[in-house]
Amino acid sequence: MIEIDGVSKIYDGKTVVDDVTLTIEPRTITVIVGTSGSGKTTLLRMINRLVELDAGTIRLDGEDNRTIRGYELRRRIGYAIQGHGLFPHQTVAENIGVVPRLIGWGRKRTDDKVRELLSLFQLPPEQFISRYPHELSGGEQQRVGVARALAAEPNVLLMDEPFGALDPIIRSRAQDDLLAIQKHFSTTIILVTHDMNEAFHLADKIAVMDAGRLLQYGTPEELVRNPANGFVEAMIGVSERPFRLLSMGRVAEVVEPGEATGPAIDPGASQQEALAQMLWTGRRAAPVISPEGQVAARITLESIFKRAKGKS
Amino acid sequence: MPLSRDVFLKGHIDKLGVLIAILAAYGAWSPFASLRANRIVQGEGFGLFSALPAPMAWLLVAIILMGSLVALFRREASPRILAAATVLMALAALVGEAAAHLTPSENNYARVAPATGFWLLLFAFSLLAADGISRMRPDPKLRLAYLIATVGILSLIILSGAWTDLSVMKEYAARDDVFWREASRHLALALGSLGAAALIGIPLGVVCERVPAIRATVLTTLNLVQTIPSIALFGILIAPLGWLAIHVPGAYAIGIRGIGAAPAFVALFLYSMLPMVANTVAGLAAVPRESREAARGLGMTSAQRLFQVEFPLALPVILTAIRIVLVQNIGLATIAALIGGGGFGTFVFQGLGQMATDLVLLGALPTVGLAFFSAVVLDALIDMNSIVPARKEAR
Ligand SMILES: Nc1ncnc2c1ncn2[C@@H]1O[C@H](COP(=O)(O)OP(=O)(O)OP(=O)(O)O)[C@@H](O)[C@H]1O
Ligand SMILES: [Mg+2]
Repeated sequence: MIEIDGVSKIYDGKTVVDDVTLTIEPRTITVIVGTSGSGKTTLLRMINRLVELDAGTIRLDGEDNRTIRGYELRRRIGYAIQGHGLFPHQTVAENIGVVPRLIGWGRKRTDDKVRELLSLFQLPPEQFISRYPHELSGGEQQRVGVARALAAEPNVLLMDEPFGALDPIIRSRAQDDLLAIQKHFSTTIILVTHDMNEAFHLADKIAVMDAGRLLQYGTPEELVRNPANGFVEAMIGVSERPFRLLSMGRVAEVVEPGEATGPAIDPGASQQEALAQMLWTGRRAAPVISPEGQVAARITLESIFKRAKGKS
Repeated sequence: MPLSRDVFLKGHIDKLGVLIAILAAYGAWSPFASLRANRIVQGEGFGLFSALPAPMAWLLVAIILMGSLVALFRREASPRILAAATVLMALAALVGEAAAHLTPSENNYARVAPATGFWLLLFAFSLLAADGISRMRPDPKLRLAYLIATVGILSLIILSGAWTDLSVMKEYAARDDVFWREASRHLALALGSLGAAALIGIPLGVVCERVPAIRATVLTTLNLVQTIPSIALFGILIAPLGWLAIHVPGAYAIGIRGIGAAPAFVALFLYSMLPMVANTVAGLAAVPRESREAARGLGMTSAQRLFQVEFPLALPVILTAIRIVLVQNIGLATIAALIGGGGFGTFVFQGLGQMATDLVLLGALPTVGLAFFSAVVLDALIDMNSIVPARKEAR
């Protein structure tokens, strides 16, 4: 658990992080969004003390982070820097192995870890292990940067716009990879992004910041249904609201018994995908495949309407 | 595209080749060697055909012709290197032969030295060799291999005695024990002052980079030192070092004097400090901010950041400083002889005093060779340590 408690940072008389309080549950993904210069990076860096806070406290599992030596704290917390920050003079393998080496893992263990992470991020190890950062594309560099942050299996991972340079296809795949990794290692992730779709795709909770202040902190659904103010509403996008809700719900949550014709829909698909399919094929209902592979239920436009409706 | 360009270039004459051919023709025409009755009088020049037995002269002419034709019409690297190497080896062998041929028998005073023609030919075909090698864009290891081969061939020629009758070698023969003593002094001066400058200059550079407040002061002071002429600097050092020698116990015992090697060492050291400190500062300052932040963010201590990230990234720039300093010190160490510091300068200044050109050369040639050798070695090291090899960028 990470408790950020009344934290402020002042640069040259200007408060860039202003009395922020939020508690991050273990094994969840918290996404910080906000305008440029709103203090997201600064807040993130106060957690691993790359920036020292001027007021308040940050506790990691109850332990004030100032009681731990800075570099030891940072070895325990993964950090994927904005940009990628790879060391130009080290190969991909050396870059990923930095923290394992610092904390004294053996060669074999480090090596295995490097290969495992590269494979997880769809970078075939034989091809990438001995390349230098300047021999990678921007997207590959970013993925290596994220792999490096994960190498020592940290409990907590801070990520500053980690997928900014990826094309939409690789980006959504990298997001899925991250979700899988997070499940696998039970990592607590705090991630900064400008991309609201990414935020909604990944977040258990979203924190919205503006001008150093935390405007709202809640689940994606809370933010859509009850935005704290106009800024949060605008950030989410007024015309996007119904689709955001549908994108968060699964088909399985709204199935009903009955018959329908046409191609079947997977119960694990999002309601947004189901809606798109029905609109595209001009149907008011579609069959849903049960886990056993039989068609015994359906999804209807009515049920989707109900889900997508906000305040009346 | 490459094909059509090659076709286009076929039949074209290489511009550098024209220069080489003209130099070679002029060189073959000029006196190849000169004979002097003794080591200080004016010499008399001998053309190829009078300096060498006729068959050898014809052979050399044929080889020079072949080399010039290659220089003019072949643009690929390997024929150019091969041709240049053939001509240069023929020159090396035959200049020794000319010395044997021209020296009157049983005459220990006569001196035979290479003359204008030889030097022109040497220059022309060294140019061809350099051109061929640079066309090949050899990687650093290959360049080192070329260097070692050259040094090896030169040593073989010297050891084989082919040059024994040349005037420079006679000067050497007359003082071979002193030669090696001065050589080791020269190297000790140049390398020792470099080592001291690196040992003190690099840490000082690190401090200067971290503490901007002292950076300006240190760099200005070192700049100032750089502008003092070497002779003046020797003069300035005599008093303080002399004082140290007398008043500090043990100072005299470790070789500190007002004149001699000590002030020369200190002067070379002082001259070396500016490049060392300035390049260390520049190299560290050029480390990408992202890399520094990542190093901190991953939990490196400040020493780990310095040695694992900042130094390796600044290394090419620091090595450049070492190259500058080494080549500069090898040259400057010659001056040390003026205040009794020893080194190859001893021969240069003795030779100047006696108007004996050969003796000057005995000091100057090894100095130039040494400087060239260190420049090639360090350039290769710099290339091996830069992250993006220059070769890849250029292609
Ligand atoms: N070291 C510093 N010294 C002075 N001001 C700083 C420093 N670091 C950040 N700031 C200021 O603090 C504010 C917040 O910066 P921060 O990097 O946290 O923004 P951000 O939300 O991450 O922005 P972006 O989305 O563009 O990355 C900015 O106005 C910035 O200029
Ligand atoms: Mg930022």
